[in-house]
Amino acid sequence: MNLQAKTINWLLPAILLASASFSYAETAEEKGLAIAKQTKQSDIGWTDMTAQMQMVLRNSEGQESIRDIRMQSLEKKDDGDKSLSIFDRPLDVKGTAFLSFSHPGEADDQWLYLPALKRVKRIASRNKSGPFMGSEFAYEDLTSFEIEKYTYKYLRDESCGTEQCYVVEQYPVDEYSGYTRRVVWIDQSENRLHKIDFYDRKNSLLKTLTYAAYQQYLGKHWRPDMMKMDNHLTKKNTDLIWTDYQFNTGLSDADFNRNSLKRAH
Amino acid sequence: MRERIYDIALKHPIWILLASIILVILATAGAKNLVFKSDYRVFFSEENPQLTSFESMQKIYSKSDNAVFIIAPKEGVVFTPKRLAAIHKLTHESWQVPYSTRVDSITNFQYTRAEEDDLIVEDMVFDPTRLTSADMPALTELIVNDPLMRSKLISPEGHVSVVNVTIQLPGINPVEEGPEVVSKIREMKTNFLSENPDMDLYLSGMIIMNNSFAESAQYDSETLIPLMFGVVVLAMIFFLRTFSGTLATIIVIIFTIFSTMGLAGWTGFYLTAPSISAPTILLTLAVADCVHILTTFFYELRHGAEKRAALISSLRINFNPIFLTSITTAIGFLSMNFSDSPPFRDLGNMVAAGVMIAFLLSITVFPALLMLLPIKVKPQNTENSDLMDKFSAFVINKRNILLPGMTLVILSMVVFVPLNTLNDDFVKYFDKTVPFRQATDFMQDNISGMTSIEISIKSGESGGINEPAYLKALDNFSGWLRTQPETDHVSTLTDIIKRLNKNMHADNPAFYTLPESRELAAQYLLLYEMSLPYGLDLNNQLNVDKSSTRVIGTFKNLTSNEQIELEERLYQWFADNAPQYNILVASPPLMFAHIGQRNIHSMLIGITLALILISALLGIALRSVRYGLISLLPNLAPAAMGFGLWYFIDGQVGLALSVVAGMTLGIIVDDTVHFLSKYRYAREQKNKNSHEAVQYAFASVGRALWITSLVLVAGFMVLAQSSFKINADMGLLTAITILIALVVDFLFLPPLLMKLDTTPRYENQTDSTKGALHEPSSKNN
Repeated sequence: MNLQAKTINWLLPAILLASASFSYAETAEEKGLAIAKQTKQSDIGWTDMTAQMQMVLRNSEGQESIRDIRMQSLEKKDDGDKSLSIFDRPLDVKGTAFLSFSHPGEADDQWLYLPALKRVKRIASRNKSGPFMGSEFAYEDLTSFEIEKYTYKYLRDESCGTEQCYVVEQYPVDEYSGYTRRVVWIDQSENRLHKIDFYDRKNSLLKTLTYAAYQQYLGKHWRPDMMKMDNHLTKKNTDLIWTDYQFNTGLSDADFNRNSLKRAH
Repeated sequence: MRERIYDIALKHPIWILLASIILVILATAGAKNLVFKSDYRVFFSEENPQLTSFESMQKIYSKSDNAVFIIAPKEGVVFTPKRLAAIHKLTHESWQVPYSTRVDSITNFQYTRAEEDDLIVEDMVFDPTRLTSADMPALTELIVNDPLMRSKLISPEGHVSVVNVTIQLPGINPVEEGPEVVSKIREMKTNFLSENPDMDLYLSGMIIMNNSFAESAQYDSETLIPLMFGVVVLAMIFFLRTFSGTLATIIVIIFTIFSTMGLAGWTGFYLTAPSISAPTILLTLAVADCVHILTTFFYELRHGAEKRAALISSLRINFNPIFLTSITTAIGFLSMNFSDSPPFRDLGNMVAAGVMIAFLLSITVFPALLMLLPIKVKPQNTENSDLMDKFSAFVINKRNILLPGMTLVILSMVVFVPLNTLNDDFVKYFDKTVPFRQATDFMQDNISGMTSIEISIKSGESGGINEPAYLKALDNFSGWLRTQPETDHVSTLTDIIKRLNKNMHADNPAFYTLPESRELAAQYLLLYEMSLPYGLDLNNQLNVDKSSTRVIGTFKNLTSNEQIELEERLYQWFADNAPQYNILVASPPLMFAHIGQRNIHSMLIGITLALILISALLGIALRSVRYGLISLLPNLAPAAMGFGLWYFIDGQVGLALSVVAGMTLGIIVDDTVHFLSKYRYAREQKNKNSHEAVQYAFASVGRALWITSLVLVAGFMVLAQSSFKINADMGLLTAITILIALVVDFLFLPPLLMKLDTTPRYENQTDSTKGALHEPSSKNN
């Protein structure tokens, strides 16, 4: 708190001074935000999407466990996106469907349909930081990216593979996040995420997510075929393998409500 | 050859001194490589089966080193808004502890409840500022009666609560990681206490225990080693009445310790709580060589010999005996290589190397120093030798009573050996002055013991833990375990599943049961896992493909035997009730429970080998199978008697004591060597009968023997003051054994010799080189 106040104390005059002498000068915070907006903007207009997601969970011994999930998402212009996940594997949870309405700045709405109970249950929880289906992905790692979920700070430019990347720090706004910050590598040519480093509550590196095998859909939307999360602490890792991306399949709000959950399987 | 060594030392003392100082400095430089490993795992070799089980358990689930805050209001219960706010704050801050992966407390416990078709998952105490006194009765009821929290995070009376921080040390820099955690935790403790003067806070857990190993060791080396030096200086000045001799001895001891520890650093040793007692032990052992050389040296001086001649004479007389005793001592300590526990192997090797270094220094640096230092002797006829004469007369006169009497004493002590019980309780490795021990005792008295046993139950198929039959077995097992008399707490998955089933049926208590179908159980868990926060997931009790779960039992303080018996009962339960499931049972306390026994078995081989080697060496040195065999009795009896006496002192034998027999064997054999060699010399060279030979032996080495024994006893008694019980017990029992050995050598060996060695006179032997061990000295002419 103190530190922030101090920063602002000298930052403000500095900015005023800088903007007086130069026509255009951007702070690291502004640049970070601008990159985030640009990223969000460049992907706008995908409307709706379906895909198959396979999770391969590995422990430090290399033992594997596999989850298969069908994903459906609906783009929302003024709010967070809506998404529906239908679990196909393991067989014990086949037909279980998970509906969530992402809300920037507040708890998401979440419902789960349990076929064995034949009931829809609303989950009232602020927790988004726990592991998703026992994997190294937290639920918050998988929800849609919204500008308002973070504050930003541009760090530097850096080459990432054959591309040139912006490296931006993102600070979660949600106080129940499991992270203090994420460091994100975004390429400058197509605004694709290449890598995210996750720092836990005590600000030490916990996990690294890497994206691979991007493909372009509808001439505009880049999606990775593979996302790999490595936990540096537990040495466990999880691969997300995406197949069968489809866009503009004609999904609507009617496909994302409590009743649609029961029909999902 | 050997003559040349000390000849050079006497002719060029300054060169010898300079050369040795350079060598010692070179060796000592290696000490910079010595690091202290405080992780309790160092006690176990890589092939230790209990360690292997525990490590595979940790790989299947999550690692579980921990630090525990024990919060105890000075009066009343923890259930007040202010106190809960303090616990809430401490819980929140605990996430900042380095390498923490999980924090469990009564405030962040994930409480689930139902409201119509909503499942609400939230922290037990979400916002402490909104709590009022009116909320307390309901909250108390919920927390104290929850099976996952009661006797684990909260005492049944509600007056003590625990915040448990799970720590996963990366192990990249083990020397710094542990202390880093501890310093953060201590800082939190200080803050907590200043903000909450109405409460006490104690620290426990494996991380704190590891740190206590390091701190006890540091405390010991800061207090015990200076104390030892003090004891040695006092004893030498008192018994030998020489300042220069004492100074020279101290220098030899310092050189020995520095170069041994330095060489240990060069050769890649690391220090552990047991092996850090190597300097203390060496300090004592290095004195003996010097005392023997000094005693003869002063004897010669008093009888008018010139300084150089006196030294040469002393070195000539003592070279063989101190060489032999150094070798036997080294063999005794080397027997510790058979120990199952690496720190004891290291201790044995370091001391064995140090003893040989001490020997080398005693025949080079020591005489060089004596040459350089001013030596004054008052010509005196010692009253002590009169004392020794009186004593030998007593032993010779009363031999017919002493032999059966001592035999009876020996036997009556030895019969108590089997009554000792085997026990390694790592909490009790620390005495009650150590804060970790106090905290853990407090926790045992108020919430639960430190004994934990983890049981991994494998269903054998992916997702198999959801199978109703499996859950039923798990529930039956958990229920059975809870009814065992030693059980404080059982953490089991079925409690969570039952609660979820109740939540899914609008919190109807009738549904606090296991779900009927596999799918239902799986879907409950999926739902539950989706709603848990970071660090509070189920990965600590479920494996990755949900084919096994881990039950953690917490028990009252149990001895090793009780733990092993409980472990057998667990296996038996599964054999009787659920033989279809494979189980794995492991835990750090269980590792310690087994190590004493494993170590005793492995040490028995080591001791036997050492005994055979030492006896063979004695036989060769004394050139007599007969004396070799006779020496067996006084060499073996003291350790056995020591353990018999131990039954009355403590009665519990563990890891530390299992190495004592081996290491004392090498030390006590020295007395026998000195006594027998003088006796034999008198018999064969001086053509004396057995009575006269006993008298001769007493007169020539009696004094040196009791001085060295007393110094050794005093030294090991200092080690016995360690706050680390492993070292303290080892010191105490070694001191006792050495004292007994002296008694046996003085009261049992001579009557035995007189009984067995009945040949009145040996034929006068012309072959004077035969007594290679002991050459004629002038002192008894």
